[in-house]
Amino acid sequence: MGLLEAEGITKRFGGITALSEMGLSTDSGEIVGLIGPNGAGKTTLFNCLFGLDRPDSGRVLFDGQVIDRLPVHRRAKLGIGRTFQRLELFAEMTVREHLLAAERSRVGGGALWRDLCNMSAPSADERARVAELLEMLDISEIADRPAESLSLGHGRLVELGRALAMEPKLLMLDEPSSGLDRGETAALGDMLLRVVAERGTGVLLVEHDLELVRRVTSRLYLLDFGQLVVSGTTTEVMEHPSFRRAYLGYTA
Amino acid sequence: MSEFLTYAIPGLPYGCVFALVAVCLVLTYQTSGMFNLAFGAQAYVSAVIFYTTVEEHHWPLWLALIFSVLVVGPILGIALDRLLYRYMRASTTTVKLITAIGLSIGIPSIVDFFFGSSEKLNPPSIAPHSTHVYHLGSYYLDGNGLFTVIVTVVLVIGLGVLFRFTAAGLRMRAVVESPRMVQLAGISSERVSMLAWILSSLVTALAGLMLAPLYGDVDVNNFNLVLVASIAAAAIGGMSSLPLTLAGGLLLGVGQQVLAGYLPLNSILAQGLRPSFPFLVLIAALLLSPAVRRGRSAPDPLAGCDPPPPPLATSLLGTGLDRASRVGLPVFVVAVMYVTLFQLSLHYLDLMTEVAIYSIIFLSFTVVTGMSGQISLCQMTFAGFGAFTAGQLATDHGWPFLVAMLAGGLVAAACGAVVALPALRLGGLYLALATLAFAVMADQFLFPLKDIGGGEAGIDVPRPVVGPIDFAADRSFFLLCVAILVVVSFAVILIRKGTLGTYLAAMRGSEVAAASIGISLARAKITVFALSAGIAGIGGALLASQVQHADSESFVYQFSLVFIVLVLTTGARTVEGAINAAFAYVAIPEILGHFGSLSVLEFALFGFGTIAYVKHPEGVLEFQKRSSIRKLNQLRGRLTRKDAAPDPGGPAPGMGGEVVGFSGTGDVSD
Repeated sequence: MGLLEAEGITKRFGGITALSEMGLSTDSGEIVGLIGPNGAGKTTLFNCLFGLDRPDSGRVLFDGQVIDRLPVHRRAKLGIGRTFQRLELFAEMTVREHLLAAERSRVGGGALWRDLCNMSAPSADERARVAELLEMLDISEIADRPAESLSLGHGRLVELGRALAMEPKLLMLDEPSSGLDRGETAALGDMLLRVVAERGTGVLLVEHDLELVRRVTSRLYLLDFGQLVVSGTTTEVMEHPSFRRAYLGYTA
Repeated sequence: MSEFLTYAIPGLPYGCVFALVAVCLVLTYQTSGMFNLAFGAQAYVSAVIFYTTVEEHHWPLWLALIFSVLVVGPILGIALDRLLYRYMRASTTTVKLITAIGLSIGIPSIVDFFFGSSEKLNPPSIAPHSTHVYHLGSYYLDGNGLFTVIVTVVLVIGLGVLFRFTAAGLRMRAVVESPRMVQLAGISSERVSMLAWILSSLVTALAGLMLAPLYGDVDVNNFNLVLVASIAAAAIGGMSSLPLTLAGGLLLGVGQQVLAGYLPLNSILAQGLRPSFPFLVLIAALLLSPAVRRGRSAPDPLAGCDPPPPPLATSLLGTGLDRASRVGLPVFVVAVMYVTLFQLSLHYLDLMTEVAIYSIIFLSFTVVTGMSGQISLCQMTFAGFGAFTAGQLATDHGWPFLVAMLAGGLVAAACGAVVALPALRLGGLYLALATLAFAVMADQFLFPLKDIGGGEAGIDVPRPVVGPIDFAADRSFFLLCVAILVVVSFAVILIRKGTLGTYLAAMRGSEVAAASIGISLARAKITVFALSAGIAGIGGALLASQVQHADSESFVYQFSLVFIVLVLTTGARTVEGAINAAFAYVAIPEILGHFGSLSVLEFALFGFGTIAYVKHPEGVLEFQKRSSIRKLNQLRGRLTRKDAAPDPGGPAPGMGGEVVGFSGTGDVSD
């Protein structure tokens, strides 16, 4: 039994079948890649797993629990963290506040009366955890800058940090390297490997940068036209003829 | 069946006017992204000018028609577009909506200033043979009605063809997607939008002229009610389909007449249901229409080019200034209180009490719009629920007033929670329209009921008595209101700083991301609506207690519109913004009152305040504060050269006060 099990996911938009009978399984402590050309249905699958879209049919299990009908925030509380292809930052908040908000949400205790008694200031414990996370992501220096002034690379790290502050069992990353230069992408890869090693988090990665994919993932799912083409270990998939066909347009 | 048609056919002209205005709404919404609530006001302008030129200056009908429809209508459209709308293409839904509301308040007030606000009865019709009755079998329609139907059919077909099949129509549709993209493709999106505005202003002007004879009176309230019916028709059309919009307009016009025909006269249903019919349809359309439900407002793909909203001015305060303002504020408040209590006459004491009470009501906007970014157009309705509850409990059931007031707040909060339910699904423009529908329905149907608003006589609301202290005296009542204002202010500040405030700030930034860290959007929205409704309810109870009376006229929906424009213009993000808005609301009519005829302009001032709002969506007050703090900081920096204070915004700690560039720090320092 994997951490996340999806089977038979089908999603149609009007007459177009964006996903058909897609199945997938990931486990704790491994990085699983989801690759395929643009329009293959990767982000749609992500949205179905995360609850932003409701699949027309299919079943999603997380940690042994059926989560098909749960809203996004309940899935987040169960332990699914996510970053977004297009940055979704809280424009008016500083980097530290992003992480504090996630930390507060994870711990709970946001009762209105606590606000009214001025008891909602972040505790020393919360501050320490956030500082630790900032340190780990190497963004302590920009901790008090507002999100709107961040570069794309820093923005991606803040999204990662915000997801990690929820201490997720599964981390879903949607093209985390897009817009990063080679150095930044390499640093991101190091970071992912470290998170998985230290926390045992499972990672589901949608990614176009095949170098990064080759380096960090252990297994791959290749999608095209909303269908699973091939899955297996990273080496197996990357040597599969349909991989070359999907990416390079070769007809075998 | 024949009875049905007898009622239905006279409803057709009404339906046609609804449909015409609705088509204009859809047209401009589709081409400029602006949901122009000011169309009612624009139609009113042309109708008044037509009436005045014909009845008072005895112009021939054709000349007055050309002047009011072909000249005034488009000129008004061009003026609004050139002076205002074109600066707002990339503005948020909130800014656009508030601006339109501001204009819908301001324009009629200007018109009344120039043309007098006296009754304009029996307006002339533009139809040939307007009084001739045409027989269609056993049914009949007068010339004015028949003309209205024919003109509408021709116009709608013409607009549909233009929109679907011409190059200009294609450009208009492209501008909706992204004005900037269209610019990049080498087309002036400004000219395209202007064409749309000219067209729709023209059609609106014509609709205004055809509408006036139907009601037998040129009254701005009729135009506003027509507008709400048109909004409902546009919602039926999913804000995009012209045929469905047309059908929706007809349905509303016919439905209203049929209801009036079948329902027994003078029953509560007839009096309540008929006027609130468009609003019921609007709510139903908003909740059920798949187009509206799907239509999450997709942002302009190039919206990322816009600078984000600036941070609150207080976050720019240096420590020294912060300390100074902490000492200065209480001193200022005590001074104002002292002067009010012991130096001013009772008249001004009354006004200051009003300021305190309106500040409380306005703080409800700070919560719902300032913190959560939702637009509620029914805050005065919540205040009404608070006032009626408090009054009934205190007068009829002998509850102590303060307890009754809190109960009023709770009832209002419950209403707020119920109204928030559509908020979960709608958001943005549609939520604002739903709250408007709720406000008008309460205004037309609920508040006039004897069991709620006490019917014609209204209800008595006592002043509070606590133990030995009787707050019937004006000074003590003023102190009580200020005390409640202080409590509410602190509550608002604490909530903004607290967990809920943080969650709401996150939601404003990105709803998806907020949900992705486990924040329940539904819970946050319901909480914030209930909270703000509760605050408004307490304010409403105090407002009624001040004049010791409340009736259905005290809480009409127009107040909510004026208030939201005023508060957002002044600054909805801060407590000071609400208090300043309240001061302006009380002081401006008082000042204008000294100039006699100018007092008509009160609402024009409030309405056109939105022009300032377009430039400074954070509120004029915030803008002023930020620039003066910046100047103070610069001055201080010049005085103390050593730790030259940088222009705040992104000083990195430990970098000698230099602003770090966007390139990041990691690679450079390695």
